[in-house]
Amino acid sequence: MQTSILLIVFLPLLAAIVGGLGNRALGNTVVKSLTTGALFVSCALSWPIFLGFLGWFGLSAETQVVPVMTWVQSGTLTFDWALRVDTLTAVMLVVITTVSALVHLYSWGYMEEDPDQPRFFAYLSLFTFAMLMLVTADNLVQMFFGWEGVGLASYLLIGFWFRKPSANKAAIKAFVVNRVGDLGFMLGIFGTYLVFQTTSIPEILAAAPGMSGSTIGFLGYRLQTMDILCILLFIGAMGKSAQLGLHTWLPDAMEGPTPVSALIHAATMVTAGVFMVCRLSPMFETAPVALGVVTFIGAATCFFAATIGTTQWDIKRVIAYSTCSQLGYMFFAAGVGAYGAAMFHLFTHAFFKALLFLGAGSVIHAMHHEQDMRYYGNLRKHIPLTFWAMMAGTLAITGVGVLYVFGFAGFYSKDAILEAAYARGTGLGNFAFWAGAFAALLTSFYSWRLMFLTFWGRPRWIESEHIQHSVHKTPEEAGEDTTGGYHPHESPASMLVPLGVLTLGAIFAGFLFTGDFIDSEAFWGGSIYYNENLIHALHGVPYWVKLTATFVMLTGFAIAWFAYIRDTSIPGKFVEQFRLVHAFVYNKWYFDELYHAVFVKPAFWLGRQFWLRGDKGLIDRFGPDGAAWAVAQGSAVAKRVQSGYLTSYALIMLLGLVAAITWVLM
Amino acid sequence: MDYSISLRLIAPEILLSVSGLVLLLVAAWGGQKTGRLVSILSAAALFGAGLMLFPTLHLGVVGPDTFAFGDQFRADAFAAFAKALIYLAGIGCLMVAPTYFDRLKAMKPEYPVLLLFAVLGMSIMVSASDFLTLYIGLELNSLAAYVLAAFLRNDTRSAESGLKYFVLGALASGILLYGMSLLYGFTGTTSFEGVRVALSGEMSTGMLFGLIFVLAGLAFKISAVPFHMWTPDVYEGAPTPVTTFFATAPKVAAIALTARVALDAFGTQVDAWRQVVIFAALASILVGALGAIGQQNLKRLLAYSSINNVGFILIGLAAGTVGGVGAMLVYLAIYVAMSLGSFVALLMLRDENGDALATFADISGLSAKRPALAWCLLALMFSLAGIPPLLGFFGKFVVFQAGVEADMVALAAFGIAASVIGAFYYIKFVKVMFFDDASERSVADSTTAHWVLLVVTTAIVSPLGYLVTPSLGDLTDKAASALFLLP
Repeated sequence: MQTSILLIVFLPLLAAIVGGLGNRALGNTVVKSLTTGALFVSCALSWPIFLGFLGWFGLSAETQVVPVMTWVQSGTLTFDWALRVDTLTAVMLVVITTVSALVHLYSWGYMEEDPDQPRFFAYLSLFTFAMLMLVTADNLVQMFFGWEGVGLASYLLIGFWFRKPSANKAAIKAFVVNRVGDLGFMLGIFGTYLVFQTTSIPEILAAAPGMSGSTIGFLGYRLQTMDILCILLFIGAMGKSAQLGLHTWLPDAMEGPTPVSALIHAATMVTAGVFMVCRLSPMFETAPVALGVVTFIGAATCFFAATIGTTQWDIKRVIAYSTCSQLGYMFFAAGVGAYGAAMFHLFTHAFFKALLFLGAGSVIHAMHHEQDMRYYGNLRKHIPLTFWAMMAGTLAITGVGVLYVFGFAGFYSKDAILEAAYARGTGLGNFAFWAGAFAALLTSFYSWRLMFLTFWGRPRWIESEHIQHSVHKTPEEAGEDTTGGYHPHESPASMLVPLGVLTLGAIFAGFLFTGDFIDSEAFWGGSIYYNENLIHALHGVPYWVKLTATFVMLTGFAIAWFAYIRDTSIPGKFVEQFRLVHAFVYNKWYFDELYHAVFVKPAFWLGRQFWLRGDKGLIDRFGPDGAAWAVAQGSAVAKRVQSGYLTSYALIMLLGLVAAITWVLM
Repeated sequence: MDYSISLRLIAPEILLSVSGLVLLLVAAWGGQKTGRLVSILSAAALFGAGLMLFPTLHLGVVGPDTFAFGDQFRADAFAAFAKALIYLAGIGCLMVAPTYFDRLKAMKPEYPVLLLFAVLGMSIMVSASDFLTLYIGLELNSLAAYVLAAFLRNDTRSAESGLKYFVLGALASGILLYGMSLLYGFTGTTSFEGVRVALSGEMSTGMLFGLIFVLAGLAFKISAVPFHMWTPDVYEGAPTPVTTFFATAPKVAAIALTARVALDAFGTQVDAWRQVVIFAALASILVGALGAIGQQNLKRLLAYSSINNVGFILIGLAAGTVGGVGAMLVYLAIYVAMSLGSFVALLMLRDENGDALATFADISGLSAKRPALAWCLLALMFSLAGIPPLLGFFGKFVVFQAGVEADMVALAAFGIAASVIGAFYYIKFVKVMFFDDASERSVADSTTAHWVLLVVTTAIVSPLGYLVTPSLGDLTDKAASALFLLP
């Protein structure tokens, strides 16, 4: 198992290095085969470990730490490169390697015509390596290494089409916003080291209960040590997982190629925050205030992002806000103490959200890079396989299922989260329950809205500029034929196979694993804090609570059906009626504008001051520019003195002589 | 006094003078067409004289055994090192001349003969250990040089430069003589050794005057600021092979002579002249750099560049230590290679009609037309600018190191800062050649002699030069020790 762990983590790195440096010298096919192959091997090695922890098929696995090498030894500060694999990590390993391998394969088709394919695949593999380092980290510093590594890969991939100014902007935005979170994370790590004198995660978790109740001086106040540490760490998680306040980068990150959105901004990297909270769950359990913050932020994000998702037109943005919202579920699940439920939702979400993104990519691919849903319509007849895949994803995310019989993936995980929030019984728990329930309604609404706009109704393709370019027609020329004569084509097999595999995941991931993830303390083996009482209470909630999710799901579906199938004038009338509300939600609650006014503009102002007054006005003026000016003046003088007249030359010689004598005589 | 020993010590000078006289007769006998032959024979004479230096140089012979004619002349390792450089530079200047003068139909045999006499004068200068020997050598060199500057006597610029050089040279000569007579008057001797003894202890104002006047006269020869005014005009006006000669051999001779005078004759009064030398060094670096920046004419630019380089060399002298003199000699050797190389390159920059490509505008885009020439010039210019890993960096490094070791950190720091100004125009040279649009002027083919010299000098300043720096350092250490042997 040790060898396979090393292979799982380092094969993607090797592929990234060889592919990235070999680049064009190796050629598209070689690099693509190499990286994709490496990922499939990693994936194939990960599943037995996961199944071993489950104890299925006679496989077995146990928690272990694979030392790689010493990293830092300085005084009392020592930590190594070591790969820790327990149940929690095993869950992440299968999620990461599976989605990554499928996304690699998918990209063969999706990136077919791109001129920089080797670079793209190398970045993808690099990302995968960093993400694996993050989840296998045995100490906080190594986790931070992976944390920053995925940030870097995310930056590179969002800005992959670097000739597009909007992609560059989005990449920088993602990087800068994450920096805010990272500052919190770093302070959290420093503080943890300060308090525990170690960065080793198991040691910290073992010592955490003993620290409960101690206080620490922070910014001039006496505060609960564990609360402050956990909140700082959670700020890091908020940045990476795009939680309310630090979420603004995620929708913009959709500028990256769609496979990137599926891998990084849906299934894996954005869940790193959830993983971190679960990994440190024994520590968070000693910090009630911090858990309250996690619950509140999670629930608020869940609701907030869902509202925005209902109004967006860009297919990828809808899914991006949906991701943001689903991450909120995971966080408030963790906040109420149901870490297993949080991880379960992370697990199922990875499948159905990657499926939705890749499905959206397939739609975009079919629609000549058009992303606006207003210009779709009636696509189910043209790209049926994509349609059925998206349908499975939608059924999974909206949580379709019948209690005690069968449900799609989201049905089990989302229900468990809502029940846990209710079962917690605290005020914040109830808030989270209601916010989550309402968000589930909105989720159902925007998911079906997406489906109806895309796959049902009349074709509205000719309105799209992309389609117009493709068919060389304007809407006027096309006349009655609103397809403009454009024929959407189903995606190649390399894209459909991943969709198929993920469809299976979206259908069965919940049904198969719910027992272990939610109910089995043995499965988790102490890798997360397992709250036995909460799970008991979870199963004992009233029936109406258990049916709430199904009820709101049906309500959302009904609204969407009425508004986008039955009478398509309803949305327009609604917007007319609630102009202000719609504008507020459509403009994403004006977060970008607010940040622009409060942070960006003053920062630019300050920068401009330093630049104009400090750099140009002071340093340049009296430094380089001043020196250059003096040299130019001196040169002019030297030229003037060199007049060509013998007499003046002789005079200068004699003056020099006199000066020298005067000097030595003095 | 054993004349045979003395005569043996001055054998190279005897060879040079006899060759000069014989070749003069050959020239008179054979007329104009013997120009090339006389050139070759002159070069052979220089080579032969150079070979004679070998034992002294190799063994590092110093001390009383090297004194000839009752210590009027010293054939020690210091002199031998300087002579070797001078002879090599002389051979180089003989090699480049025929192509240049042939085109103007002015390849007269007088050129090699005059050059030979000038070299003889320098040879005497660097060996002088008496003010009278010094003066004879200096004037022999100067008189030949004045004629060389005006060698193209029908060319007004050449004639003008000869005249300017002569008038100002006479003034400097007068200052030097006046200083010597003052020293003689106050010390009663003309020998360096005698002056050295007389100057130890309290110094009278008259002696001080004499000392400064002598140094001022010598400063003219090495074109240190403020006695540099003739340099740009003469360098520009003189025929380019002559300029090449001026920029190399006489510089070596004058600097070596100045070092010997300052450290032997005035060695007991270092504090009296050190500040003057420091000033001259700083002023030369600065004026050389500032003057060069404004230049469009390449020859004039190199003239300023030579003034600039003299400043760096004087830092070594100002240190007044064995290390300082060693550094100075290392710098001189590298400087001769760089200078020779860059002037040869200038000689090669001609269009099909034989007109010189004299300005920056003419050489813009040279790399496209003559890549080999442009790359050689690039190496030479970067070396002059002192950019590692080229050898010019090593020269600057050793003088600054000597300065720092002699507790003249400020001087070294200023030198380093000022070398940045200098780097500007050297890099501009490269920028114009490589990045500007090509000018319309074509560039003619060059002769083998030019290419050989250019490639050899480029190889020396290239990182390959570091292969010889250990042995070069060894030689300069031996040479420098000659100056400090006497009490």
